[in-house]
Amino acid sequence: MSQPNIQAKIRSNPKFAELVGKRTRFAIILSLVVLVPYYTFMFLVSTQPQLFASKVAEGGIVTIGWPIAALIIVGGWLLTGVYVSRANGEFDSITEEVLKEARK
Amino acid sequence: MKRSLTALIAGSLLAVSFAVFAAGGAIEGVEKQPINVSAIAMFLIFVVATLGITKWAAGKTKTTADFYTAGGGITGFQNGLAIAGDYMSAATLLGITSMVYFKGYDGFVYAVCFFVGWPIILFMMAERLRNLGKFTFADIASYRLDQNRIRTFAAIGSLTVVCFYLIVQMVGAGQLIQLLFGLEYNVAVAVVGILMMVYVTFGGMTATTWVQIIKACLLLGGGITLMLLTLSQFGWSLDTLFAKAIESHKQGEKIMAPGSLMADPVSAFSLSLGLLFGTAGLPHIMMRFFTVPNAKEARKSVFYATGFIGLFFLVTIILGAGAITIVGTNASFFEGGQIGGKLIGGNNMPVMHLAKAVGGDIFLGFLSAVAFATILAVVSGLALAGASAISHDLYARVIKKGTASSQQEMKVTRFASVGLGLTAIGLGIAFKDQNVLFLVALAFGVASSVNFPVLILSMYWKGLTTRGALWGGIAGLVSSVGLVVLSPTVWVKILGNKAAIFPYDHPAIVSMTLAFFVTWLLSVTDKSARAAKEAEAYEEQYIRAQTGLGASGAHAH
Repeated sequence: MSQPNIQAKIRSNPKFAELVGKRTRFAIILSLVVLVPYYTFMFLVSTQPQLFASKVAEGGIVTIGWPIAALIIVGGWLLTGVYVSRANGEFDSITEEVLKEARK
Repeated sequence: MKRSLTALIAGSLLAVSFAVFAAGGAIEGVEKQPINVSAIAMFLIFVVATLGITKWAAGKTKTTADFYTAGGGITGFQNGLAIAGDYMSAATLLGITSMVYFKGYDGFVYAVCFFVGWPIILFMMAERLRNLGKFTFADIASYRLDQNRIRTFAAIGSLTVVCFYLIVQMVGAGQLIQLLFGLEYNVAVAVVGILMMVYVTFGGMTATTWVQIIKACLLLGGGITLMLLTLSQFGWSLDTLFAKAIESHKQGEKIMAPGSLMADPVSAFSLSLGLLFGTAGLPHIMMRFFTVPNAKEARKSVFYATGFIGLFFLVTIILGAGAITIVGTNASFFEGGQIGGKLIGGNNMPVMHLAKAVGGDIFLGFLSAVAFATILAVVSGLALAGASAISHDLYARVIKKGTASSQQEMKVTRFASVGLGLTAIGLGIAFKDQNVLFLVALAFGVASSVNFPVLILSMYWKGLTTRGALWGGIAGLVSSVGLVVLSPTVWVKILGNKAAIFPYDHPAIVSMTLAFFVTWLLSVTDKSARAAKEAEAYEEQYIRAQTGLGASGAHAH
């Protein structure tokens, strides 16, 4: 079957719209979960640095700035794990179905 | 072919050993240290191993697909390590530890800025890149636009970033190696350039990938070992480490909170924009997404890469904080033995001194060898990206319009690699003793304002036209380069003018916005028949991007 025909079939398959909608929403939400805290962090670092100077534990040494920055890095990585597990599982199986149905 | 490769490998080994001897008789350089035998021995082991891999890879590199993408047969995990290897340069290790050493917490903020691009690359780009691209990022940028103009422009964007980045790496290599190994600057630059040419010309992407993987493992392993040795000096307690650091640092408690580095919100915003989206526009990083067989593996590779890069940054932060006490209170690391004076070897050296303090000469030698290997791996990735822009984009697509045979294209790509190697050596020597830090701002500025806008818009926006992409790209290129020239670092510190015309060192806030705006404006006002056709072609591209239908698969061996 010709390529344009397969494409038309994919386009008209409601599962394709579902796939794109779900995946796009998921990607946008995760991006916001990274970007909003990050830019808030950058904004506060440059305007309110004293916020980061309070101590994690009373009488302790480490300020809350260190675990916050570490959390942005570790959290960002964990979110990539969340995305990959859903995209490689759920999303890819919908993709396979859509492709299979279009090639019929 | 095979015989000439063996001869070349033998030749380059000979060149390296000659360089070692030659340097032995010439120790008059200002900053140069006595020959470091253990460092050179360990580096030679790395060179022999990687040349062996190159020989093996050369046997597997027969077609252009083998050369550019290792036949698309790299696994997600391997590619993740290789991406991390591409991104974690010697400058990152030395620069971030030094920033923490001098400024405390500010160094951590900087590391966070270099990190956050990665999750975004995964969410917005990784699978689309894999589904749409074949060999270079220009494949995607010019997917449905004018092949001649957009591909040429994207190739120029790639080459610009590659050249700026290469200069930074070559100059860094020369300085670092002269210091750590006791080799002459020019000799060091030549050794890096020659080895890079051998890896890329003969082994293509396969050899480059394995050099990256080995280097990433060495760098992570070396960094973690150094971190453990450092922590053991503080009774394995981060609290003690920080308490001592506050005691030892002349700024005292101030190092525990943000300081002057990010004090201006606009400047901080511009820096973070440039680093975030610049990462997503680095041609040698984009290219790595085409080495895996499918979108699944492309996603996995970003997951692994992000993990390794994040881990590496966290390790470097601890190294920098530990160095405040261990290096900062040890007179033998300061010129003239004056604590708090000038560090021997310059401001980038805290981590190297730390290695010597906690691990002795052998460990310093090991870390020096790792730093050398790191530079070598990064320049190889850059050279490969540059060579493919020349041979695949400019030669095969634009000049030959796709009629070039695989052999012809391979020939051009090998010549291009050698040409880039020689250019890199020349530029490295030309920029000797220059402050090249502004070139990092320039590379990321061009990547975020030229490569990134056209790449992301071509994937996400149906309305993008050739006219918009071309003029938007030109606007981004001119403004990013122009603003860096007018910035405090170049206009005041290098050119010696009184006040900077553009107040920020990173141009992205203006140049990236301008690039997007011009691209949008000239696309929506483009009523030509070509523009209508380009919008129509978006449908096919969109379905391929989303499902991988028609994506180039792994190359069968």
